[in-house]
Amino acid sequence: MELSRKDILDMESLSVDEITLILDTADKMREISERPIKKVPTLRGKTVVLFFYEPSTRTRTSFDIAAKRLSADSLSLSASTSSMVKGETLIDTGRNLEAMNPDVIVIRHTSAGAPHLLAKMLKSPVINAGDGMHAHPTQSLLDLMTVRENKGQISGIRIAIIGDISHSRVARSNSIGFTKMGADVVLAGPPTMIPKGIETLGVSVTHNMEEAICDADVIMMLRIQKERQQHFLFPSEREYSKIYGLTNAKLKKAKDDVLIMHPGPINRGVEIAYDVADGPYSIILDQVTNGVAVRMALLYLVTGGKRHADGD
Amino acid sequence: MLTVIKGGRVIDPGNLDDILDVVIEDGNIVEIKQDALAGNESKETKIIDASGKIVAPGLIDMHVHLRDPGYEYKETIETGSRAAAFGGFTAVCCMPNTNPVNDCRQVTEYILKKAVKADIVRVYPIAAISEGLKGDNLCEYGELKDAGAIALSDDGNPVMNSQLMRRALEYSSGFNLPVISHCEDFDLVSDGAMNEGAVATKMGLSGIPNAAESIMVLRDIALCELTGVPVHIAHVSTKESVRAIRDAKKRGVPVTAETAPHYFSLTDASIKDYNTNSKMNPPLRTEQDIEAICQGLVDGTIDVIATDHAPHSLIEKAVEFDRAANGIIGLETAVPLGLKLVEAGIIDITDLIEKMSKNPARILGLKIGLEIGKTADITIIDPEISYCIDANRFQSLSRNTPFDGWDVKGRAVLTMVGGKVVYQDN
Repeated sequence: MELSRKDILDMESLSVDEITLILDTADKMREISERPIKKVPTLRGKTVVLFFYEPSTRTRTSFDIAAKRLSADSLSLSASTSSMVKGETLIDTGRNLEAMNPDVIVIRHTSAGAPHLLAKMLKSPVINAGDGMHAHPTQSLLDLMTVRENKGQISGIRIAIIGDISHSRVARSNSIGFTKMGADVVLAGPPTMIPKGIETLGVSVTHNMEEAICDADVIMMLRIQKERQQHFLFPSEREYSKIYGLTNAKLKKAKDDVLIMHPGPINRGVEIAYDVADGPYSIILDQVTNGVAVRMALLYLVTGGKRHADGD
Repeated sequence: MLTVIKGGRVIDPGNLDDILDVVIEDGNIVEIKQDALAGNESKETKIIDASGKIVAPGLIDMHVHLRDPGYEYKETIETGSRAAAFGGFTAVCCMPNTNPVNDCRQVTEYILKKAVKADIVRVYPIAAISEGLKGDNLCEYGELKDAGAIALSDDGNPVMNSQLMRRALEYSSGFNLPVISHCEDFDLVSDGAMNEGAVATKMGLSGIPNAAESIMVLRDIALCELTGVPVHIAHVSTKESVRAIRDAKKRGVPVTAETAPHYFSLTDASIKDYNTNSKMNPPLRTEQDIEAICQGLVDGTIDVIATDHAPHSLIEKAVEFDRAANGIIGLETAVPLGLKLVEAGIIDITDLIEKMSKNPARILGLKIGLEIGKTADITIIDPEISYCIDANRFQSLSRNTPFDGWDVKGRAVLTMVGGKVVYQDN
């Protein structure tokens, strides 16, 4: 099977079959990263542009490593090094990049919909590496991969996503992605952090941490941003942590085989206790490892790959 | 020379509705009767055949942005005037958020001079409530009135300071300058880019709650009651605002209100795919809000349909949604969108003409109408003609409309200002 779409923009547009194809491909890609020589020639001669309008370390590094392991040439552009600081529009920047014939453009942007705008204008495949509060499909795919790997399946599991749902593209993409793959999604956080109408994504909502935790197979904690205090979303880190932070004491109510996830970067001691982040239930670093595999799979698939990477 | 508009359905809301001829001489209406030509056929007479069409008093758009001075790449007084004539409007009132802001005699006079030079439709400048639209000091309303301003508004910005708004109402009443309020609570809007709700949540855009508008509508109603000075509420978009205005009118508060065609034609769902031509302020709302707006039009809560014609170029619109400018052009789509309400049986054609001509004239104190002795500002509408809206045919300099490609029925086919035909459909 081949991916028939040009772009990877959000989880909403991907079908169950496409998601399954991506996860299956990623499973195979993962092995490459475990070899002593972590490189295959699959994307030799291909150029991948990493256009990061918003700062990012983890996602950019992950894409960069993914491209390099497939022998693609990758180059990074950030807002401060691009002409955008000189007032160039996104469309013009995109067209100029395209004039240099890249094979894939990976974009992260502060504005929701920016990758969609770019994808509409350009012939090259566009991969969304996070757009505003809207979507982060590659994160969702790596989360799906990690859950499937650890639980054997996604269908039927219950995942609690806890934190600032309003401002989280990870929460949105995972709400759509996990629901689509047959999981039950429950979102939890203070009422100020639950956006209007989020139930229309097919998820349930609670403001009670215990209720969110007790039946969950997977608990995903979201980073809390201190700046949000200025928007009156919560009074203090102290109170937030006390009520919505994940501690070992609260975990006593959880299932014995619960898994703890976090898209990072984590605020130890705020949304997640130090010992929980490093504890036996945590698969936070598995997520990071799988991130490379998922991004390798996506780069491979959007450039037209259909054979297995190791067959090259 | 005589001009006779012959055989049309002449509608002057509350006054006339019959198949009549309208006779115009020296720019004024001199006769309205059946078979006006009988016995007079020898005279040199220009005949305009209006059979099957509606002859209405000239439409007035009391809320447009002509962008001149300062943003002439989006619209000028001349192109905006031509767009107005094309859309069936004989008069427009232009908002003061130009560059420089219309907050002083010089800018008001500049606008009027340019309008005379364009010589297409009547242009009535609306001056600012506060200097520079900043909400700090009152403008010199006496000077502005003398220069030719017809009303006051900080449109684009709310007057957040309630004390300044109170004093603006009181002080303006000494000059009979109506105050038009842009109702928006900046704090509640925060970084909102579209209507708050499921669509915004799904798209990852910050939402603007209905209360951001209605809280200020309620405040202005309170100030209206306090001062006894009329307030006109601009671009009503929410069901809560409609309810607040209806309740106030019941109590006898002298509040009036307008809505724009997009607020009864589109919901926030049209922002799908981050369409910046559906981005405006206030934002497109929901089906329930559309229902309430229509109900408000039916029961008279909403007096006026104005377009909030807001031209923008691709520079402002072909960008990321949250960075795109607010507003759409409306002069050339208002009549067909209004006629959709008539077609749907929500209001009748007389109501539509009342809300697009009679009521804005009343609120602004303009003496127009289809009456003998009055100046011949007349719009002829063909309600039957079916066509597809083509933005490329617009007279406006800008193309920012979500209605391009819509199949509609009816449009203005002739616009007459002071007896002179300024637009005629071929």
